[in-house]
Amino acid sequence: MTYDVAVIGAGVVGGMIARELSSYKLNLCILEKAHDVAMGASSANSAIVHAGFDAKEGSLKALLNVQGSEMMAKTCQELGVKYKNNGSLVIGFNEEDMETIRSLYTRGVTNGVKGLEILDSDALHALEPNVSKNATCALYAPTGSIVCPYELTIASVGNAMDNGASLLLDFAVSAIEEDADAFTLKAEDGRTVKAKYIINAAGLYADAIAEMVGDTSFQIHARRGEYVLLDKESGNLIKSTIFRTPSKMGKGILVSPTVDGNLITGPTSVDIGEKENKATTPDGLAHVMRETRENVDGVMYNQTITSFCGLRAVGSTGDFIINMPRDRFVNVAGIESPGLSSAPAIAKYVVELLKKAEMPLEKDPTFSPLRAPMHAFREAGIEEKNEIIKKDPAYGRIICRCETVTEGEILAAIRQNPKPRDLDGVKRRTRAQMGRCQGGFCSPYIVELLAQEMQVPYESVTKFGGDSYINVGKTKGVD
Amino acid sequence: MKQIDLVIVGGGPAGMSAAVAAYDNGIKNILILERDSHLGGILQQCIHNGFGLHRFGEELTGPEYAWRYEQQVYERNIPYLLNTMVLDISPEKVVTATNSEEGVFQIQAKAVILAMGCRERSKGALNIAGTRPSGIFSAGTAQKYVNLKGYMPGKNVVILGSGDIGLIMARRMTLEGAKVHAVCELMPYSGGLARNIEQCLNDFGIPLRLSHTVVEIHGKQRLEGVTIAKVDENRRPIPETREYIPCDTLLLSVGLIPENELSKTAGVPLDRVTSGAVVDQDRQTSVEGIFACGNVLHVHDLVDYVSEEAEIAGKSAVAYIQGITAERTDIPLSTDGKIRYTVPQRITQKKDVTVFFRVADVYRNVTIRVSDGDRVIYSKKKLKVAPGEMESITLRPDQFADAKALSFALEVK
Ligand SMILES: Cc1cc2nc3c(=O)[nH]c(=O)nc-3n(C[C@H](O)[C@H](O)[C@H](O)COP(=O)(O)OP(=O)(O)OC[C@H]3O[C@@H](n4cnc5c(N)ncnc54)[C@H](O)[C@@H]3O)c2cc1C
Ligand SMILES: Cc1cc2nc3c(=O)[nH]c(=O)nc-3n(C[C@H](O)[C@H](O)[C@H](O)COP(=O)(O)OP(=O)(O)OC[C@H]3O[C@@H](n4cnc5c(N)ncnc54)[C@H](O)[C@@H]3O)c2cc1C
Repeated sequence: MTYDVAVIGAGVVGGMIARELSSYKLNLCILEKAHDVAMGASSANSAIVHAGFDAKEGSLKALLNVQGSEMMAKTCQELGVKYKNNGSLVIGFNEEDMETIRSLYTRGVTNGVKGLEILDSDALHALEPNVSKNATCALYAPTGSIVCPYELTIASVGNAMDNGASLLLDFAVSAIEEDADAFTLKAEDGRTVKAKYIINAAGLYADAIAEMVGDTSFQIHARRGEYVLLDKESGNLIKSTIFRTPSKMGKGILVSPTVDGNLITGPTSVDIGEKENKATTPDGLAHVMRETRENVDGVMYNQTITSFCGLRAVGSTGDFIINMPRDRFVNVAGIESPGLSSAPAIAKYVVELLKKAEMPLEKDPTFSPLRAPMHAFREAGIEEKNEIIKKDPAYGRIICRCETVTEGEILAAIRQNPKPRDLDGVKRRTRAQMGRCQGGFCSPYIVELLAQEMQVPYESVTKFGGDSYINVGKTKGVD
Repeated sequence: MKQIDLVIVGGGPAGMSAAVAAYDNGIKNILILERDSHLGGILQQCIHNGFGLHRFGEELTGPEYAWRYEQQVYERNIPYLLNTMVLDISPEKVVTATNSEEGVFQIQAKAVILAMGCRERSKGALNIAGTRPSGIFSAGTAQKYVNLKGYMPGKNVVILGSGDIGLIMARRMTLEGAKVHAVCELMPYSGGLARNIEQCLNDFGIPLRLSHTVVEIHGKQRLEGVTIAKVDENRRPIPETREYIPCDTLLLSVGLIPENELSKTAGVPLDRVTSGAVVDQDRQTSVEGIFACGNVLHVHDLVDYVSEEAEIAGKSAVAYIQGITAERTDIPLSTDGKIRYTVPQRITQKKDVTVFFRVADVYRNVTIRVSDGDRVIYSKKKLKVAPGEMESITLRPDQFADAKALSFALEVK
């Protein structure tokens, strides 16, 4: 079979593009090298829907950020993804910062960002009493929001699949060949897929994919960003997302609540040579904690739940690289921040590009933009919950105690597109193992549920595929 | 809404002992709510022996110790619900819980005993740099895989933290054929019981590396090794002492945290040192009618003391429901730092009070001294005290009757 389109990369960008394309009568596949979707930058980032005052006037980043941010609320509603319009603040500490804030304001207005306001110290602290008393001014962007980035990725891929797209995991595209009217994409393990069109949304490896069809016009390198995430008890120190005024030293560390009520602090920003190195460093973590304390009072790092690292795919042009270097091949590369915010707009933009290139596109009347929310049970009232438990007692069995996630919710997630196959996959979909004990209590039970549902041996369940096994075999007494 | 005299949250040794004591003292309308599929709490996975020496004069395994109390619960027909998770407790003592049979339900209690136990500190809380491969477990999780599920989490093991669970698991993993390369302990002494160091490490030739910690984690998919380093007196790693140990498994035994999320929903104030509730001699919290005992109150090394403490809570809950009190007073207890905390933290009635406490470091030739201002009301000499072993003293009302406040201090020669 020849697909009409192959999307390479199941990050938020590939996912949103696949979803958009699945609204047309197309035969579609998504190729992802990892064991699950949302394993790249889309799972480890700041989770901010930027208002759009950051990107340079006239850039693709500026255009798509402002558009994407306007589309995000509706997109999240359709996909049942957690989203919150909490507003954002860029705080300044001196006259130089104030200068920068004024120019960000002007830039924001030019970019079309609505509602921007410059605040003095009193107004700032009235809004956010825990922002450092040393902060003297701020830029307030009421449209700034937060979203759950991996949920958005999972839901967009899932919605594309519900509308007919196929997902091929563990499919690392390693070569692309072309005959008269189709490409053949080869995976490292020897599998092949034929497709008429290719969308290259391979994140850090978009340059390698482009090179496979002879396009060497850009390079991608990795820039590390490290984070420290705190318990929900710290989650209401602030309501808005707090950015530091950017300076010659870089953009600085942000502090923000997450949609789940935790507090996220980070990221650092360090260029690295390797594209696979997601290790956190003692210096990086120390930097995050030091600068956070300068920005917000009362952050208690003894409430740390976890630390992690994300890699930005920094393109050599400074802007998003969205183009067709040749027929039937689209680059969607260099999608660093604000890539998450822009993703819904990027998807529309890519479809417009394909239309201009005269790809035959006919709307599919059966398309549904809706996906069942992954957290409906959590948010239900007592009576509604009891109705569900009566029908399915698994919803009365709590598996993850810290986040109160039931067996029913975990089984539903395991059965919903795109199906998770490992512990981390269940974690990203249900929050089970994401609380204070980090899976200490519940992971042995989730392994059991996964093994049962996939009908595989207990010890073959992994943390995130590949060699990330959890058990090496049975103990002596057991056969 | 269902009305119940006494609701006990948690059916571990604390919850069971409290229930039995309450029953025997005259309150029969009791309900134990337990989220697991069995009574017994954490004891069910502790299949080593060493339980019950003080209570029963015998060395029992965890499940055997639990069984003694389960039998007492069964004999008295004390009602309990399993697979039932308490989600919320209000200051007015409305308990909200859920299970598969009844869904989400609420109970109005006259008194509540908190007996939720504790959980292990996780890796996240340690903020160790490096990658995030599989193969890193808290010792209790590994214990669950090995003892309850019958699976081995790995073959080449490093253990961080010399808490009792870590020590027990060092031996358990060795017996199951794994190689334990080292147990690293940040402090210059172990937080575990002396007998566990002897029986779990020394007997198997497992090195205990005091003043050492894990500074980096290696491996992309499965753990491939850890870098350990010696720490200076401020517990900062010394770079020149970095040492790489190849291993596929890192077990963490870095402390237990009382499980007090529910106590917070009930508005119960917590002690910053114990992370458990502030209680009086009856183990009553600052919210009237809500009591706490066992590991949720402060971490115990011996279950025997858990049972003892739970009996106090059980009896006192009965007295509270029946409106019986001794003469009232209000005396806060404070500590000098060498003594880290006391339980109880206040005395509210004039009757015999046993005060439990832990020290901050290993000290020799000490005098434990309790004073009211300048007046010493109690003193006792001890050859050695250590953070791993809980101490206790008993005060009589005539000693503290007109005290304003009691301070607990350790004098070291
Ligand atoms: C530290 C950090 C902070 C950020 N903060 C924000 C923020 O607050 N707001 C915001 O808007 N944006 C933010 N971003 C940017 C945002 O996260 C990214 O723009 C977005 O996630 C990019 O999505 P993607 O789908 O292009 O990339 P990815 O999510 O990386 O997806 C690419 C996918 O391609 C797959 N792949 C690669 N090679 C191959 C191959 N050969 N074959 C098959 N599959 C392949 C990868 O496995 C991966 O799953 C941040 C980024 C980072 C790193
Ligand atoms: C690994 C390990 C080894 C030990 N070794 C020894 C030893 O050798 N000798 C010795 O004497 N002592 C030992 N101890 C100490 C002893 O086991 C504990 O002190 C004792 O089990 C604590 O009893 P507990 O009832 O307070 O807590 P737990 O046993 O933890 O019981 C608490 C119960 O509450 C339930 N619960 C919690 N929250 C809720 C909720 N929201 N709703 C419903 N139920 C809830 C839990 O499921 C659990 O069953 C050890 C402890 C551990 C952890």
